[in-house]
Amino acid sequence: MAQVSSTVDEQVPTLLSVSKSILLRISKFNPELDKSSKFMEFTVSYEKWTTVLEAILDVKKHFDHSVAVRYSCRQATCGSCGMLINGKPRLACFTKISELDSDVVTVEPMNNFPVIRDLTVGFEKLFDTHQKIKPYVIRDDTELESDQREFLQSPQEVEQYIQFANCIKCGLCNSACPTMATDSSFVGPQALAQAYRYVADSRDKGKDTRLNIIDESHGIWRCHFAGSCSQVCPKGVDPAMGIQFLRGYLLGFRN
Amino acid sequence: MTKDEHREGIKGMANPGRYGIERIAYLLMRLSGLGLLGYFIAHIYETSNILRGRMGWDDFLAMTQTTEGHIFLALVIGMCVFHTGNGIRIMLGHGGVGVGKPARPDYPYEPASQNYRHKIGIYSSIVLAAVAMMYGMAVMFGE
Ligand code: HEM
Ligand code: SF4
Ligand code: FES
Repeated sequence: MAQVSSTVDEQVPTLLSVSKSILLRISKFNPELDKSSKFMEFTVSYEKWTTVLEAILDVKKHFDHSVAVRYSCRQATCGSCGMLINGKPRLACFTKISELDSDVVTVEPMNNFPVIRDLTVGFEKLFDTHQKIKPYVIRDDTELESDQREFLQSPQEVEQYIQFANCIKCGLCNSACPTMATDSSFVGPQALAQAYRYVADSRDKGKDTRLNIIDESHGIWRCHFAGSCSQVCPKGVDPAMGIQFLRGYLLGFRN
Repeated sequence: MTKDEHREGIKGMANPGRYGIERIAYLLMRLSGLGLLGYFIAHIYETSNILRGRMGWDDFLAMTQTTEGHIFLALVIGMCVFHTGNGIRIMLGHGGVGVGKPARPDYPYEPASQNYRHKIGIYSSIVLAAVAMMYGMAVMFGE
């Protein structure tokens, strides 16, 4: 940094670093000690490109090391940093403070997941429902024929499912879903979208198995096509689309 | 529903503020469905008054001839029209009709299922319901 600034004309204030500040409100809650959550407030300066995660890490570094937050990739790939940011589920590493257009940024743990501490929630149930729909290609011929190196697919066949394969299991969709808000047994948009991901894969032969799994009282029929899952998905998976296609199979609109 | 799971609960389910017109349509569909169910039950009760003969029937029907009765019936008209219009949209959507085509997603990842066709369906159901309510009120109050 020092090297770079020495090459910049000293007379011109660097326009890049006109920093502004926001009030960052962080929800603090330790289920083992606290009865209810409370907010801690910090004034944090930010640049045009500062993400909410960076602001939280800034607080951790300079003000309060105890803030519990989970993150890893910092680039919307690992799915660790989902939280409510100004009331909506978003990835903290993928949300710039400047795009929130607010002087106050409130961060809370995602809804519909048990709180481990502060901003960190438990994903056991998310991973359970994900596993439940058999998230792998199902075939009879598990071993490849000797002269075959791979199961070939045309680019058109890839287009049918690649969007759904973008899922990073961040859980934002399950947090936004109105059915998830009240039904603890609902399989949820994340798992349903993954059921469609494999059903739409031309290599897969597990369609009937998966349709059977989701055709139950807390399965696909609890979806009312409110679409909130698709609106919050940070990877463009569009779970609502996949779910309606699956239901199309079950209702006989598609085959 | 345990508190440990940190579920948003009925308040979150019914909060229409955060996720666009689709979530508002979801709430209106539930409310109008329940409203119609309530009306349907009341309607069976009301029509059973015919067993009390002409007097009983006329007595009960007089309730709908008041200002409150007119407003109540206008609401029923609105709920009926919205619920039917939006219901047809949802049934098509549930069958996978008009929810877009899978494609390699690009930033900023606009979801194809939340498209203008469905938005037009929602807005026209609301407008149709409003027009039907106004027409109904004009007829009822214009007597
Ligand atoms: C032509 C008329 C109608 C159509 C097309 C229609 C369509 C629908 C559809 C598609 C749903 C499911 C919505 C969803 O998945 O969230 C629904 C829900 C419902 N409908 Fe209807 N409906 C009609 C008339 C009625 C009537 C007359 C009643 C009352 C007696 C009624 C009561 C309900 C109720 C209580 C629900 C459940 C609401 C909820 O839990 O979200 N519907 N309707
Ligand atoms: S579908 Fe989207 S919002 Fe849901 S878990 Fe996958 S990436 Fe996250
Ligand atoms: S830190 Fe990996 S998705 Fe945000």
